[in-house]
Amino acid sequence: MALVLLAAPLLTGFVRKIKARLQRRRGPSVIQPYRDLYRLLRKEVVLAENASWLFRVTPYLIFAVTWVAASLVPTFASGLMFSWTADLIAIIALLGSARFFLALAGLDVGTSFGGIGSSREVMIASIAEPAMLLIVFTLALVAGSTQLSYVAEFMASPEAGLRVSVGLALIALVMVGIAENGRIPVDNPATHLELTMVHEAMVLEYSGRHLAMIELAASMKLLLYLSLLACLFAPWGLATPSMGPAAFAVGLTSYLGKLAAGGTLLALFEIIVAKMRVFRVPEFLGAALMLGLLGTLLLFLSRSL
Amino acid sequence: MQLVTVGLSCVGVLLGAAVLAVGIARRAGASTIVYGASLVASAIVLAAALAHFVGLSSPTTLTLPLGLPWLGAHFRLDALAALFLAVVNLGGVSASLYALGYGAHEPFPGRVLPFFPAFLAGMNLVVLADDAFTFLLCWEFMSLASWALVMAHHRIEENVRAAYIYLVMASFGTLTLLLAFGLLAGPDGAYGFAAIRESAQTPFVNTLALMLVLIGAGSKAGLVPLHVWLPLAHPAAPSHVSALMSGVMTKVAVYAFVRVAFDLLDGSGWWQSIVVLFIGGGTSVLGVLYALMQHDLKRLLAYHTVENIGIIFIGLGLALAFQANGMRAAAALALTAALFHVLNHSLFKSLLFFGAGAVLTSTGQRDMELLGGLIRRMPYTSFTFLVGCVAISALPPLNGFASEWLTFQAILQSPELPQWGLKFMVPAVGGLLALSAALAAACFVKAFGITFLGRPRSSAAETAGEVDRFSLTAMFGLASLCLLAGILPGFVIDALAPVTVSMVGERMPAQADIAWLSIVPIAEARSSYNGLLVFVFVAFSASFAALVVHRFASRALRRAPAWDCGFPDSSTRTQYTAGSFAQPIRRVFGTLVFRAREQVELPPPGDPRPARLHVELRDLVWEAFYLPIAGVVSATATRLNHFQFLTIRRYLGLVFLTLVTLLLVIAIWL
Repeated sequence: MALVLLAAPLLTGFVRKIKARLQRRRGPSVIQPYRDLYRLLRKEVVLAENASWLFRVTPYLIFAVTWVAASLVPTFASGLMFSWTADLIAIIALLGSARFFLALAGLDVGTSFGGIGSSREVMIASIAEPAMLLIVFTLALVAGSTQLSYVAEFMASPEAGLRVSVGLALIALVMVGIAENGRIPVDNPATHLELTMVHEAMVLEYSGRHLAMIELAASMKLLLYLSLLACLFAPWGLATPSMGPAAFAVGLTSYLGKLAAGGTLLALFEIIVAKMRVFRVPEFLGAALMLGLLGTLLLFLSRSL
Repeated sequence: MQLVTVGLSCVGVLLGAAVLAVGIARRAGASTIVYGASLVASAIVLAAALAHFVGLSSPTTLTLPLGLPWLGAHFRLDALAALFLAVVNLGGVSASLYALGYGAHEPFPGRVLPFFPAFLAGMNLVVLADDAFTFLLCWEFMSLASWALVMAHHRIEENVRAAYIYLVMASFGTLTLLLAFGLLAGPDGAYGFAAIRESAQTPFVNTLALMLVLIGAGSKAGLVPLHVWLPLAHPAAPSHVSALMSGVMTKVAVYAFVRVAFDLLDGSGWWQSIVVLFIGGGTSVLGVLYALMQHDLKRLLAYHTVENIGIIFIGLGLALAFQANGMRAAAALALTAALFHVLNHSLFKSLLFFGAGAVLTSTGQRDMELLGGLIRRMPYTSFTFLVGCVAISALPPLNGFASEWLTFQAILQSPELPQWGLKFMVPAVGGLLALSAALAAACFVKAFGITFLGRPRSSAAETAGEVDRFSLTAMFGLASLCLLAGILPGFVIDALAPVTVSMVGERMPAQADIAWLSIVPIAEARSSYNGLLVFVFVAFSASFAALVVHRFASRALRRAPAWDCGFPDSSTRTQYTAGSFAQPIRRVFGTLVFRAREQVELPPPGDPRPARLHVELRDLVWEAFYLPIAGVVSATATRLNHFQFLTIRRYLGLVFLTLVTLLLVIAIWL
């Protein structure tokens, strides 16, 4: 649990750094997100006059829900404590709860920017969430379980092999992950005040420690998706509880390597593609939905595909 | 005394209260007496139903010398009936409690008070009935009582139209049920359920009866395309009645389907389950899309009932498919999921309708475009409404998620089904279910966000106040039940075990002994979920984070005008409205489903007229199914109208002709 909390801002800083280097800028230091969080935490909160209690509770709630969800994803070892508390479907639904409250917070103050953000966020989620669930179906049918630890162990075992359906699920999961984390081409995390913005518009009225909580939750969500991709599709070096400390060290090193690789790829992808128009996003996510459905259908036809 | 006798005596009390209400409706304090009596009677039946679950669980029967002379009226309380009796009376208790406060605002108590207990009594009797005649009689009684309640505010024109459509659809539904029971009873007229259970039907009769019941019960439950009356009639009634109609009466229809499909018929073929799955999946997505397009709060909730009925029927369809293939454990899982959702939906839909009623009482508005900012004016109502919204959006750790999670687990069992048709159908239905869950969350962000958050859009919303204590007690009670069922789903699943044993001959594994109160549908290696721990973890992390931040970082707070990117506008009309909130989803899904078209009317530069945006939505179900039928009926009526203006000779000629034809028919027949 502590690992995801501490590592999340580092990943965000790392992605930003890589992006800046690719654009031939020097970019801020990789520990800049920590400095930002520290500064935000110490500042006073400027609260809109008509903000309700929900607006003040939401940041902590989003932080807690994302933290719990991220702690349930295996990072460098499977068989986490309490991993049976929630399976993959429940983790998706937990992230859904976080989004539900964030969208409500966007509407709370009653400004047009908050409304635009919430309205677009739920539109994107209404396609991204079913796509994600279909990906979960595909993986669950392959591994015979929706329990993330078991799925990861199955994927690491030689039984998994190469499958068309898993390939489809991988592409779909990458697409959903991009949309859910508000990265280019769906949303741009680096801008404010642009008519295409989604996530940044919802949190526009937040400041100080509230904003710090939300930023931290967003970083953890990115880490969660990268960990998910790593443990499902690149489960090499994943330690199991019975192995010794050496295996854990290997697992940790390979996990950090995987995160670095994932972050670099993300930065590279963001540099290459351009931001889409908002109403192109449903088409992008519709493709992910169809890939998920196709993967599931293939498995219903034959368990070996 | 037997439990079924207790139930029937309480129904007698309810009917007595209805008769009494006719006499005393105009007096002061009448509503307290009537609703108090309903509350007590429902509470006793609820206790009886629960007692049936905790041990006294052998079916009890009772025959009264009413109804058909050679048959009598049979009543029976078994596990399935006890479950639905509990759902009905839980709704009855909360609605009566709510109405103790809400009913005081009723301008015409004489039009509501007699019918409310009668409606409750009707629903109880349907669930207890054990022969086809009594069942249909009580079904019709329930329909008519609720029709009278829809007509309660009959001066409003749209209520009259809603009641008319409701009456037509209810008669149609009863007709198909009548035909179904006629088929099942066979030529000897064995109307008792016991006799129907024992007799063996041919596969053809079996299929026909199942489809007829699907239509008859589905029209009452609100399956697409038979749902058209529901979003008109449910909002038209007073809010506590809306809660009963949406939360409870639709469940009585589900009961009718379960009773016939799983109990009376001796197993059905697999392709019938495809029909049920197809209709259920379509209903769930269409229901929520319709709901997203609404800006009337109560109508939005009514359309959401359609969606949830779809989810329940997906579970029932899966159970039928598994049962037809002899996969009893999976059938038990699917049936448990469906029945759990029945309970959950009755809880949160009643809660949400109570909340809508509270908003209606204190602002006089149902239109979300004229509300907003109520979270500051009505803090308790808005809190319970929020709980209901989270629950219905299937978000953990509340109860809606627990039952949808079980449905997903049942879907994941289905690759073992041998038929190709089902292999294609089930993943598609799984996709539809996931889509409807995501859209439901979007819809309730809209419902809560536009109604309770933001700035007030009208003076009525600005001056609103909190509602009375009875209403708040009812809402808080239901909200805590939503939380309890969500964090302790294992107990509910165990309580449903006798029902699934009697319906599909198998039960889910016992959940109460599993460590930490997790739920494990099949095996821990396959899936498990622990609502309690999720709740504890989230609550702990949130309070821990808040504590640490406040203790070690900063706790300073300053109130300032909203920033809004530097251009705050004081007009409340610059906020997002219900229509604009749903606009992206309308563009993505609505162009296909509703043929949605947007037209912008922009005056030329220099013209001071405001620009206007017109949105045109078409209800394709209404246009494809109902308008043609209405057209045929009206065309036939116009033709037959001719017969109204004949001379006496021609009438006599017609009578003679009819007589001759009938005699000819008899002559040929014999």
